[in-house]
Formats: sequence, structure tokens, C-alpha cells
Amino acid sequence: MWAFINKLRSPKWFYAISARLQPWFWAAALILIVTGTIWGLAFAPADYQQGNSFRIIYVHVPAAFLAQSIFVSMAITGLVFMVWKIKIADMAATVMAPLGAAMTFIALFSGAVWGVPTWGTWWMWDARLTSMLILLFLYLGVIALRGAFASRDSASRAASVLAMVGVINIPIIKYSVEWWYTLHQPATFTVTGRVGMPMEMWLPLLIMVLGFYSFFIALVLTRTRSEILRREANKRWVRELAEEAN
Amino acid sequence: MTASENSLNRAAAALREEPGDGLAVAVWATLKRDLLLMLRRRSEVLNPLVFFALVITLFPIGISPDPALLAAIAPGLLWVAALLAALLSLDSLFRADYDDGSLEQLLLTPQPLALLALAKVAVHWLLTGLPLALMAPVLGIMLSLPAGSYAVLAISLALGSASLSLIGAIGAALTVGLSRGGVLLSLLVLPLYIPVLIFGAGAVQAAILGDGVLAHLAILGALLALALSLAPLAIAASLRISING
Repeated sequence: MWAFINKLRSPKWFYAISARLQPWFWAAALILIVTGTIWGLAFAPADYQQGNSFRIIYVHVPAAFLAQSIFVSMAITGLVFMVWKIKIADMAATVMAPLGAAMTFIALFSGAVWGVPTWGTWWMWDARLTSMLILLFLYLGVIALRGAFASRDSASRAASVLAMVGVINIPIIKYSVEWWYTLHQPATFTVTGRVGMPMEMWLPLLIMVLGFYSFFIALVLTRTRSEILRREANKRWVRELAEEAN
Repeated sequence: MTASENSLNRAAAALREEPGDGLAVAVWATLKRDLLLMLRRRSEVLNPLVFFALVITLFPIGISPDPALLAAIAPGLLWVAALLAALLSLDSLFRADYDDGSLEQLLLTPQPLALLALAKVAVHWLLTGLPLALMAPVLGIMLSLPAGSYAVLAISLALGSASLSLIGAIGAALTVGLSRGGVLLSLLVLPLYIPVLIFGAGAVQAAILGDGVLAHLAILGALLALALSLAPLAIAASLRISING
């Protein structure tokens, strides 16, 4: 455990290991998303109530999952950065924030598009859409705070604190908003509980969720690598790498 | 032994003392100092109250002077306006201390920064949240808030604004080192205010409908207990970031 943490301190080690890992995650993401999309859009049966419009679920639900998971990962990497001063963790948190905001936006937008055939309106102040909207504001706050500091170290620590404060608040916000107004259908997708939809609809959704997670890991690996090169541009191993490439 | 060495020794001896001895003194001194400073800058105490009254005046003008309509939206309006007034006053919470360097002295004291920051937040609540809560029923009359909900309005605002001050202080501490932190501060803090707003306005709404008010007030109290235990740590960490950055 400690040996692993100590290895994580070295951006060079992470750069080497991520080079070996990232093709696998990219391949998994590509295969899963393509399979899930074709299966979900073309072969899964149409919903008996919502017809074909339910197929938005194959984008909406994975994006909503990621939107929440990314915020939690951001808080965890923030904690790791604050406690062990591991720079890689902060680099990962930096690249996660815009990705999480984008996923939140995709979930909101697909939810709005889905609202037109099901509710007859683009926007309803229902519990889940509202808490997603608040999550988007939390992401924008973290991104804005990181951008506001002149010194990178202060920016990193401030963003870490805000992500941790946010992650404590997310469940409180979620449940208070749910209490405030519940109009949405009950949760459609649970890993442990009873499956609320037939297998032919649920399997492609599972594939899409896994595909989105692989995409998230792959993208974070790739973008963290660029972030390492940017921040360590003055180090010798980066210069040697650049010379080799020339 | 020279005079300067003498005073140095005395300072070292003071530092070696049990931190418990000085803690109550330090917290009390911080409370007293902040209260005195705020009472000397009366406009900073009065401005949020004037802002509160002004915003409430805008709504009948912008929407409709119809008492029935106003009564229906009054709980939410009063709560949102009070929340914005409290938010407005946050920027000055640490600003003056940051500018004149006394915040750095606060960081250098041997006492835990979280508790000293808590004392500062308590003063902020005492001179912002509490007056807003006492003033809200008067504005409630002007919005023809139904009778029987005035006490609940004041109590819910007094309880809720304490949480608002604590959560807001995290944002104020994070942005105090930035030259133009005002708008950023509201962007950081407003999403975190939403649970307090839900249960605060919900309490007043429940009082009007004749439902049980205690459940809402109990949740407001629970939120306050949580904020009271965790927020000071976040405030202290944020102040350290802002000062050392």
C-alpha cells in the first residue's frame, strides 16, 4: 500500500504505467459504446408506453451516473492530494472537472429532450432534474475557483476543499430536493435490487454504463498524461522524452 | 539580560503554556474584538437590512400588489431575499482582517484556527442573520403573510441563517485572497444554500397550511449541527490556503 502511494508520487512512473493502460480502456470504451448503441437503438424492443422515445435512456442514464461519480472521484483525488500531497491526484482532479460538467450537461439536455414526448414540456422542476442542475452549478463553481487563483498550488488546494465540501453536500441536496418535489418515475436502474425493465432493455443499458465508465477512465488517463507533460515541462525526463520524439 | 531578550523569553513562556488555558481567552477576545469592530462600522450592519427591505419592495412592484397573490408567494420571497442579504454581507467577513494583516496573526496563534473562525462567524450571525430574522415578520406584514406564521418565520430564519453564515464563511475564506471574489463567492455558496432554503421556506409554508412545523425546524437544527461541526474545519483550511497562496 505505502509502496504504491510512494510510486504515485512520481509523475514519471505514472506516465509510463498509464501509457500501457490507456489503449485497453480506449478499446473497451469503443467496443462497449458501439455495441450498446447499436443494440439499444436498433434491437432492444420499444417501450409499450413510451414507444421509441425511451431509447434516450441509453445516453441519459450513463451520463447521469458519470456526472455523480466524477464529482465523488474529484473529491477523493482532492483528499488524496491534500493528505499525501500527491500531484498526480490533483492533475486528475483538474481534468475531471470539465468532463464531469459536460456529463452533467448531457444528462440535463437529454433529460429535457426526453421531457418533450413524456411530459409535453422541455423542463419540469422535478427532483432529479433540479438536483442535476444544482450539480452543474457545483461543477462550474469548482472550475471557476480553480481558474481564479494566480498560484497553481493555492488553486489546487482551494478546488480540493471545495470538492470535498460539495461531496458532503450532494446527498443532503439530493434528498432535500427529492423531499421538496417528487414527480419523476422511481429509479429505473439498480445494481442490487429488482430489475425494473425486461432483460433485453436492461442489458444494453448495462453495456452503455460500462462503456461510459471505460471512456471516463481512458479520457482521464490520456488527459492526465498531457497535464503531466505541461506541468513537468522543465523536468529532465520530459525534455529527454521530447528529444527522443524529435 | 537585555530587555528584548526578556520579552522574547516571556513570549516563549506564554507559548509553552497549556493551549487550553488560552483558548477561552482567545475565543472571547476574538468575539469581543469583532463585535466592537462591527458596531463601529454601523453601515455594514445596516446595509443588509436595507437591502432585504428593498428587495421585498421590488416584488409587489414587479409582480402585482394583489394581497392574495403576494400571500401565496410570501414565504419563499422572504426567505430568498433574506438569503441574498446574508450572502451580500459575507464578502466583508474576512476582507478587512485580510487587508490589514490581522488574519495572519489569527493564523499564527497557538489556539486552533477553527474555533477562532467560529467566533468570527458567530459575530457575523449575531449582527446579520439575527437582525434579518427579527425584521422578517415586519416585511411579512407588508406582503400580507397569513397570520400565525410570523413566529415560525422568525425562528426558521434565525436557525437557518446560522447555517448560512457557517457555509458561506467557507466560500468567503476561499475567495478572500482574490481581488474580485464577490461574484465567485455567490457562485460557490448559493448551490450549497439550497437545502436550508427548502426547509426554511417549507417551515413557513407548513405553518400557513397548519401542518406540523417542528419537523422542518428539527431538520434545520440538524443541518445547523452538521454545519457547526464540519464547517469550522473547512473554514480554517480555506483561510490557510488564502493566506499562504
